[in-house]
Amino acid sequence: MNKNIDHILPKLVLAPAFVLGLAFIYGFMAWNGLLSVTASRMLPNYELVGLAQYGRLWEMDRWWVALKNLAIFGVLYVGLSMALGIFLAILLDQKVRGEGFIRTVYLYPMALSFVVTGTAWKWILNPSEGLQKVVQDMGWTTFTFDWLVQSDMAIYCVVIAGVWQSAGFAMALFLAGLRGIDDSIIKAAQIDGASLPRIYLRIVLPALSPVFFSTLMVLAHLAIKSFDLVMALTSGGPGYATDVPATFMFAMSFSRGQIGLGAASATIMLATVAAIVVPYLYSELRSKPR
Amino acid sequence: MKFPVTLGAALVAAMLATACGKKEEAAPVAATPAPAAAPAAAPQQTVEVLHYWTSGGEAKSAAGLKAMLEAKGHLWKDFAVAGGGGENAMTVLKSRAVSGNPPTAAQVKGPAIQEWANEGMLTSIDSVAQAEKWDELLPKVVADVMKSKGSYVAAPVNVHRVNWMWANPEVLKKAGVDGMPKTWDEFFVAADKIKKSGNVALAHGGQNWQDFTVFESVVLGVGGPQFYTDAFVKLDPAALTSPTMTKALTTFRKLKGYTDAASTGRDWNMTTATVIQGKAGFQFMGDWAKGEFTAAGQKPGEGFLCAAAPGTANAYTFNVDSFIMFKLKDEAAQKAQADLASAILSTAFQEVFNQNKGSIPVRLGHDMSKFDDCAKLSAKDFVDTAKSGGLVPSIAHGMAVEPAKQGAIQDVVTQFWNDDKLSVADAQKRIAQAAAAK
Repeated sequence: MNKNIDHILPKLVLAPAFVLGLAFIYGFMAWNGLLSVTASRMLPNYELVGLAQYGRLWEMDRWWVALKNLAIFGVLYVGLSMALGIFLAILLDQKVRGEGFIRTVYLYPMALSFVVTGTAWKWILNPSEGLQKVVQDMGWTTFTFDWLVQSDMAIYCVVIAGVWQSAGFAMALFLAGLRGIDDSIIKAAQIDGASLPRIYLRIVLPALSPVFFSTLMVLAHLAIKSFDLVMALTSGGPGYATDVPATFMFAMSFSRGQIGLGAASATIMLATVAAIVVPYLYSELRSKPR
Repeated sequence: MKFPVTLGAALVAAMLATACGKKEEAAPVAATPAPAAAPAAAPQQTVEVLHYWTSGGEAKSAAGLKAMLEAKGHLWKDFAVAGGGGENAMTVLKSRAVSGNPPTAAQVKGPAIQEWANEGMLTSIDSVAQAEKWDELLPKVVADVMKSKGSYVAAPVNVHRVNWMWANPEVLKKAGVDGMPKTWDEFFVAADKIKKSGNVALAHGGQNWQDFTVFESVVLGVGGPQFYTDAFVKLDPAALTSPTMTKALTTFRKLKGYTDAASTGRDWNMTTATVIQGKAGFQFMGDWAKGEFTAAGQKPGEGFLCAAAPGTANAYTFNVDSFIMFKLKDEAAQKAQADLASAILSTAFQEVFNQNKGSIPVRLGHDMSKFDDCAKLSAKDFVDTAKSGGLVPSIAHGMAVEPAKQGAIQDVVTQFWNDDKLSVADAQKRIAQAAAAK
């Protein structure tokens, strides 16, 4: 009798979470996929139109702008956050005084939501209130920094704010990785006469590759689903110059009464995230002993 | 609709900003159910009304409506969803409707009314409309928006005029401009003078809906009401590709030179504040801007000036808020809908509500003696243009065409405003394409 309960209990306890996850994650994914092949406008309907919504999507100038922005933002945001993160982590690893304090300062932006980051940087980058005005008031009157209001530069403002937010997080991960490296290897290298840059390049950084990979995963999917940062910082503007797929999807589904089109763009985002996450999960799960 | 937000509310709104980009950033969805509804045994019918009147003056007016209905024996259940433009409210409404549990009535406007009707969700309120002679009470263009297949399915609440030009008299005086410009040519002369005097000539908030609001007034001023109707109501390709549209686009682009560098993404009320503070001369914005001036303690004619946008004195772009009535089985609920519709159109409600809101009553021939001068001018022009055919629906505010096309055209307009590399000819071609797209 008792043995039976022991056998059933774990399954019983896990069942609600499993069912909810199945319904509200995979169920909705499937529903989204279904909607994307229907003629849904303001409300969902189930008149099937094949891939027509995808066809319309790829003909839209605004969708291409959103994709181009995602490419610029994704590459720069992930690349710069990681580069800056490694750099800061290496500097902090030199046994500096007040490390705890400095680490907190760097890591703190991560405690803010992207919305707060976006709002703060919206003021900082505003040419008539923020950085540009401050520098000009200090006497450098020819100083200009008005990327936020230029349609071809505004996306780089999003990158700046995003990197500011996430570099500390990357640093924390890399620092943990650095601390986990066996000192004896480094000492051995030192005895062999290797210089410090060489030790880092040849021993430390390769040893960090698992951390590197995890950070890449986290940042890349943050970049693809980035929505709040763009909304708070630029609302997709000027015009729709800083639209990303997530803001595009929201606009189409909920303001434009184009649910089918929005669902098609959501499916493409899902496919993009899956293309990154699935191989990662696969490699993670396979390497673990069963 | 739009309303001034306090700093706190603005901050909350910004922090929780959802995707609108249009109008106010929306605050979080906050359904506030009234205190426990009566037990099932009670004979009264609960009227559940979804609206987005959540700012001070508007909320007061909603309370007035509640009192009127409770006097008729109905229980009012408030279903207020914050967010100036009502986009959150629409999202909530859709989820309720899809789940088969729509409220009694909801605040929905423009061609979206017909979209809801086409989904088979709305009920006819013709019995009230006929008894109270709505067809005579309302201008035909407004009544048409409220109808689906010839039956009234929505009750109009108010009329906002969109083609307003606001100005700071001090700034004009300093620059040597006397009087409000009547044509676009006069406007540019005046704007040059203001620019020379060291102020910003045109206060503009560069959000996509604001770009579109200005463009709509430019098209109306350059082409007149008939052209506007052809282009933005009928979406006639001949009008959209005509030289008149070319001229409108050229005029629109010229305006950008008179705005300040920080206009991009600025909220409309912050933009109005620059006029109030005397930093800028003119602003093109609907009459909700009046609330900002009066809240700053200014009086029309003294602290600020109002006039129709250049070239549009004989025309009127309207933006009408309204309530749609959902199809409900219960007979008592249908009675409640009729009473609600009747209360909305009553003179008492129209008078109080519109004074709070900055708009004017939708009833033709309403006594305007208690309203301010701008509202009086608005009411006079409303009646006159209803007769002359100059009364046209605002495309930028969702009154003229369905949301999908409106959005597609808005995309081009805002892109044209922000990207100097996009030529007039290309923009014109793309507007025509956007209007033709399905």
